[in-house]
Amino acid sequence: MSEMIREDGRKFNELRPIKIEAGVLERADGSAYLEVGGNKILVAVYGPRESYIRRLLEPNSGVIRCRYNMAPFSVDDRKRPGPDRRSSEISKITADALRPALMLENYPRSMIDIYIEVIEAEGGTRCAGITAAAVALVDAGVPMKDIVVGCAAGKVNDEIVLDLSEVEDKEGQADVPIAMMPRTGEITLLQSDGDLTEEEFAKAIDLAMEGCRQVSELQKEALMKKYSTE
Amino acid sequence: MIYVENKDLVIPGQILSDDEYYSGRGTFKENGKVCSSLIGLVSLRNKKIRVIPLKSKYVPKKGDVVIGKINDVRFSMWDVDINSPYSGILPAFEVFGREKKELNKVYDVGDVLFLRVVDVDEIKKAKLGLKGRGMGKFKGGIIVDIAPTKVPRLIGKKGSMINMIKDKTNCKIVVGQNGLVWVKGDEDMEQLTKNIIHLIEAEAHTSGLTNKIKNKLYLAIDGELPPEETPKEEEFVLEKPKLQNFKEELEQEEREAEEKEEKEKEDKPNIAEVIEELRKKTKNKDNSLSLGGNSNNSFILNNK
Repeated sequence: MSEMIREDGRKFNELRPIKIEAGVLERADGSAYLEVGGNKILVAVYGPRESYIRRLLEPNSGVIRCRYNMAPFSVDDRKRPGPDRRSSEISKITADALRPALMLENYPRSMIDIYIEVIEAEGGTRCAGITAAAVALVDAGVPMKDIVVGCAAGKVNDEIVLDLSEVEDKEGQADVPIAMMPRTGEITLLQSDGDLTEEEFAKAIDLAMEGCRQVSELQKEALMKKYSTE
Repeated sequence: MIYVENKDLVIPGQILSDDEYYSGRGTFKENGKVCSSLIGLVSLRNKKIRVIPLKSKYVPKKGDVVIGKINDVRFSMWDVDINSPYSGILPAFEVFGREKKELNKVYDVGDVLFLRVVDVDEIKKAKLGLKGRGMGKFKGGIIVDIAPTKVPRLIGKKGSMINMIKDKTNCKIVVGQNGLVWVKGDEDMEQLTKNIIHLIEAEAHTSGLTNKIKNKLYLAIDGELPPEETPKEEEFVLEKPKLQNFKEELEQEEREAEEKEEKEKEDKPNIAEVIEELRKKTKNKDNSLSLGGNSNNSFILNNK
């Protein structure tokens, strides 16, 4: 069964081709550009900077804010610009997924802003957004315990498969995106959409974690490339 | 067991060593392993591992000299942007003493000043002062922005790099520890200096950079490379810092800072000794910074 070939010719445990680049924007403190299959995502990080919103300020830690935004031209049918229910949810879960890794106590009373812009979308943008945002945060020099990485697994045609594409996501039976810290294996984000049995769920998480580790290597490579040649 | 060598490039979360090493700045300890928390270069000394960041924000430190821009004029102080997550304040009495004057007639919003960090309070707000030579408002010139971690490289060993640029371009240059550099001179020279500074920032880790920059400068200004042999005395002086190492310099600076911290933590056993120590430190610092030869001994002593 593991020899099954998926719609786009991948094996059940195969990721889509990934390209990550760190430090692409000049004016941002940190930035990253990421392509996974048909996804194109640009992330900018500003800060740590002085918190201009008083009520958000924490006396003994920094705060992170995140905005996930899809460009109107990022999907086949034009998306109405501006925040909607889906993008506010993803903004929140991205910030929550990244926060455990960051050592924000080093910058009390400061604020870090993360802007995730989806230029082209083809399924799995939330995981791709987290992966890119983590690279951008490293590029900004924010101290952290580990580089968070995101990856999804799901169920398509009664098979547990890794890294769903847009078609698989829409026609599949379940989607389990996770984010984790690869060194310790701590999971910082876990969502599940669809029907899975207990065994299938466990299998999906194991597969997604394996995918995360692979993506993590690419993140490290991108950072090493950026800083060793500079 | 150690997994990295000195001056290796490391990324956050990378395991650096097992338990027998101490975790220094830029690292943390988890499950008996020392890990990096930043992207930067490893610095190993004795049994202590540190990571010197390649990118970081300036966090105000007492005694630093910085360049700041007036953001707001308030009733009895100025709000100053010092290119950091924490803003600075310049209280009116630091400028006037007990006299009362109108603040916005002295420094107005948008003015750029050369300042000293007098104190940093518990919420990291920097109290600034103007005591010291060359401190005050800049007239004209341009501001160049570089990473604060690369400031020691721009200055060079005992100011070799910065003095060479000053001599060659005839520009006045002032470097703040917060990564802002003020340059004033001919318009063309200002631009050239700006480009050179950015070049130094980009290539900060390469060795023999001073010579490379020297060649660039000569080529840009005279249209030819500097003479190979150096008959003149002053050019010989410029030739010296050939093999200087950026990382070593950073280490040196960190070491000094740490020693100072340790000193400050200790109870004062002998005041005369401490004063002597501080005097030496201040001298060293002035030399290495070469910020117009500030001699603020008296100021620091008063403070103590």
